[in-house]
Amino acid sequence: MNSARTILGFAAAVCLVCAVLVSGSAVALRSLQVENAERERQRNVLYAAGLATPDEDLDEAALAARFGDIRAVVVDLETGEELPDVDPATVDPLVEAGLADSSRPAPDNPARIRRIEDRSVVYRVEPAGRLEAVVLPVRGQGLWSVLYGFVALESDGNTVRGLTFYDHRETPGLGGEVDNPAWKALWPGRRVFSDAGEAVIEVVRGAAGSPLDDPHRVDGLAGATMTSRGVTNLLRFWLGEAGFGPYLEQLDEAD
Amino acid sequence: MDPLIHNNPIALQVLGICSALAVTTTMATTTVMCVAVVAVNALSNLSVSLLRHRIPNSIRIIVQLTIIASLVIVTDQVLKAYVYEVSRQLTVFVGLIITNCIIMGRAEAFAMQNPPLRSLLDGIGNGLGYAAVLLVTGTLREIFGSGSFFGAPVLPLASEGGWYTPNGLMTLSPGAFFVIGFLIWTLRWFRPEQNEAE
Repeated sequence: MNSARTILGFAAAVCLVCAVLVSGSAVALRSLQVENAERERQRNVLYAAGLATPDEDLDEAALAARFGDIRAVVVDLETGEELPDVDPATVDPLVEAGLADSSRPAPDNPARIRRIEDRSVVYRVEPAGRLEAVVLPVRGQGLWSVLYGFVALESDGNTVRGLTFYDHRETPGLGGEVDNPAWKALWPGRRVFSDAGEAVIEVVRGAAGSPLDDPHRVDGLAGATMTSRGVTNLLRFWLGEAGFGPYLEQLDEAD
Repeated sequence: MDPLIHNNPIALQVLGICSALAVTTTMATTTVMCVAVVAVNALSNLSVSLLRHRIPNSIRIIVQLTIIASLVIVTDQVLKAYVYEVSRQLTVFVGLIITNCIIMGRAEAFAMQNPPLRSLLDGIGNGLGYAAVLLVTGTLREIFGSGSFFGAPVLPLASEGGWYTPNGLMTLSPGAFFVIGFLIWTLRWFRPEQNEAE
């Protein structure tokens, strides 16, 4: 009944209409989506730095106000130097880590990071122009998934101020408790580095002491040995020599 | 109204189970998913019905699929723009509406033979039938799995000083199997005519 020509014509017309619809919506909504992603990132940086909690419903103005003291800076991971000429909005470390010409193979590591980006973006918390804390992006393998998060360190580059994970697929109720505010509250005041300058922070099995008595250890998550170990691994990796180590050393010298 | 109880796509036809398991852990994700499915189902039925005399029979399935896929992508884009938080939790499952048998099934079985208005209503009805099961499942899973409803605490959790120890099974996919199984059982208890012939 239908000739090949009408069938082809019909198929082409359907494709054309659908293509216009899809690309039209993608283009029209893009700016909103980019804004959402940006706000989401800002929120998580604030959570890590202890300047907001997930319970708060921050509108745009409140978010901008709290983010006012925070300055994003691009950092060369190998040398640890800040790159003041590069606009942080143009750098997406996770994308660059996936491209051969903007990343390098990572040394063998238990956090199972395969490639490290050449540059990353850190967030300096600077109320009144004085550095108070830095927020660093971290990631690494847990049990089921890669955990993505931010860790905030005081200006000494050693004392933990807070941490947060914004994306993971760990078991709800077990490893998923990395999101639990009660557990995250155990972190502030812990120290990442030993006196010898090695990243020794560790999530242990069972309970650890207070930050003063037992500065390098944090309570493990009950029933989530692998996720706990994953958090240890990813922190040691990103705060160590291959990650932000060189940058943190520079912070220390500038202090 | 037929697809809500008498001929519910999930309970009677047992279609669309995959996404029903995946997105019903909390009410926020469940509700957004339901709205998305109702919208896609209604619009796909409407557009297929409008084109039903023109769609060449030999390529009708692929044409339906193209229409559904486009609608799903547009829906996904809208969700990402307006309810970013929830759409992040829904991850791939909005995209997977494309493979939801309910939508394809209604386009092929109903919209190809019926006028636009009836097809639109059929799409909305089947979407709502799917939504009804999801919302009940989501309610039960969130209350018993996380002790909350739309994120607001209902049962005080033991870990926060209350008495309720959340049932971890409910937050995992198998929990949804149990809930949906019991729902179908209850429905067929009251409506024995839905039982399959022995």
